[in-house]
Amino acid sequence: MKTRVVGIIGLVAVVAAAVFGLFVVPADLNQGDAQRIMYPHVASAWLGYLSFGVTALAGLLYLWKRDLRFDAVALAGAEVGVMFTAFAIWGGMMWGKPVWGTFWQWEDPRLTTTALLLALYVGYLLLRRLTDDPSRRATRAAIVGLVAAIDIPIVHFSVIWWRGLHQTATIGDPSKLLHPSAPPLFIIALMSMLTAFTFVWGYLMIRRYQLARIDWQIEEHGRLGRISAARRAAAANAGRAVAPALDARTEEVAP
Amino acid sequence: MNGFRQTAGVALTIARKDALAELRGKHAATSTLFFAAIVLLLFGFALGPDSRRLQEAAPGLLWLAIVFAGLLAVGRLHLIETQDAALEQLALYPIDRRAIYAGKALSGLAAMLVLGIVLLGAVAILYGIDLAGAWPALAATLLLGCIGFAAVGTFYAGVTVRMAAREVMLPLLMLPVIAPLLLAAVKATATALGGDPFGELGAWLQLLAGYDIVMLIAGAGTYGFLLEE
Repeated sequence: MKTRVVGIIGLVAVVAAAVFGLFVVPADLNQGDAQRIMYPHVASAWLGYLSFGVTALAGLLYLWKRDLRFDAVALAGAEVGVMFTAFAIWGGMMWGKPVWGTFWQWEDPRLTTTALLLALYVGYLLLRRLTDDPSRRATRAAIVGLVAAIDIPIVHFSVIWWRGLHQTATIGDPSKLLHPSAPPLFIIALMSMLTAFTFVWGYLMIRRYQLARIDWQIEEHGRLGRISAARRAAAANAGRAVAPALDARTEEVAP
Repeated sequence: MNGFRQTAGVALTIARKDALAELRGKHAATSTLFFAAIVLLLFGFALGPDSRRLQEAAPGLLWLAIVFAGLLAVGRLHLIETQDAALEQLALYPIDRRAIYAGKALSGLAAMLVLGIVLLGAVAILYGIDLAGAWPALAATLLLGCIGFAAVGTFYAGVTVRMAAREVMLPLLMLPVIAPLLLAAVKATATALGGDPFGELGAWLQLLAGYDIVMLIAGAGTYGFLLEE
């Protein structure tokens, strides 16, 4: 019930922030209406990074405590994070085409880093899907998620260098992305979108966690079911093996 | 200090065992080298016959060939451990798990270095590149790049070796992680071949070295969890 409230707040807030960003805030002088893409784009990119941070932290806690609930949190973070990151890249490309004149800008370190980030966590999700045993899956996922998280800063740093060693990393500064001197209305639009998205994010995280727990229960139930079925089959076999012998004995005794 | 010497001894023993297995079963190693050579040849078809274009692309092509063939090499070094439950037995020994990781990474490094040296020669011949003045820088790049690849490859081969879909999962998980290594190694190689007019070589080598250290620590720290499975 409480989770549903979070979801409803998120939905209403997203609609409100969208109306505000689309109709109340004026269009950017240089970029025109395309700049409005920045509000959901930046919000989802931040939440994508937050999700992967949650996954790495939950993985660490799993390795420490060996509690599968942490693994469920890690899964939720990775899946929700992949969704937000994919959305951020898509939004970025939609913005890049009119503003930069191209969908894909190799010069932008954040784009390249985020694309690799997406690849890392799609791999993480596939690894999970292809491992059956819950604790083995949790361990593998935790360490792979950890190494991925360690890799991200190195990727970002190296891509900045790769663009040109002598350039300063001004593009890496998030405030520059909005506007060099963003007027307060722009910042309010971004912040309200970020708040709205965070509610949606929280709702999705909770729901995905709950779903992961239910999945786990079904798996466990299936496993117990298979064990008891195997027991019954073994008992039935044993009974059949014993039965003929009993029959033979009764025949012997019978006149 | 004693513990360290014991760990190093175990690591060397494991690496020596892998090297022996590799040398005695000659076919696998040779076929990996051939695969890499064919990749270089196909790059030539894809970009040639303009030799200038090939020479410009050579550092990238060299490292892509090393990466592709290296994926096969590190994968196989773990695959041999699945026979007769060798890895499980290794895990039962009362030794530091990091020693097992170090040993596997060491044999991976040896395989990668052989691969790298042969491919460097092949690139020089096929694409017409003069290595004469650049070899100290190239040697450093090759060594640092191969250490990083072996460090990451050993970890991911350990993760995927017991999966049914390991042939797909190893590159899928590993390639995004080695992106910084590829990038730095290609840049360092290009800088070394170009005579390093802007003095950038040191920075790329430092990036490679930093990557190696971080990944070796991460691999050694987490590999033990894989052996618990």
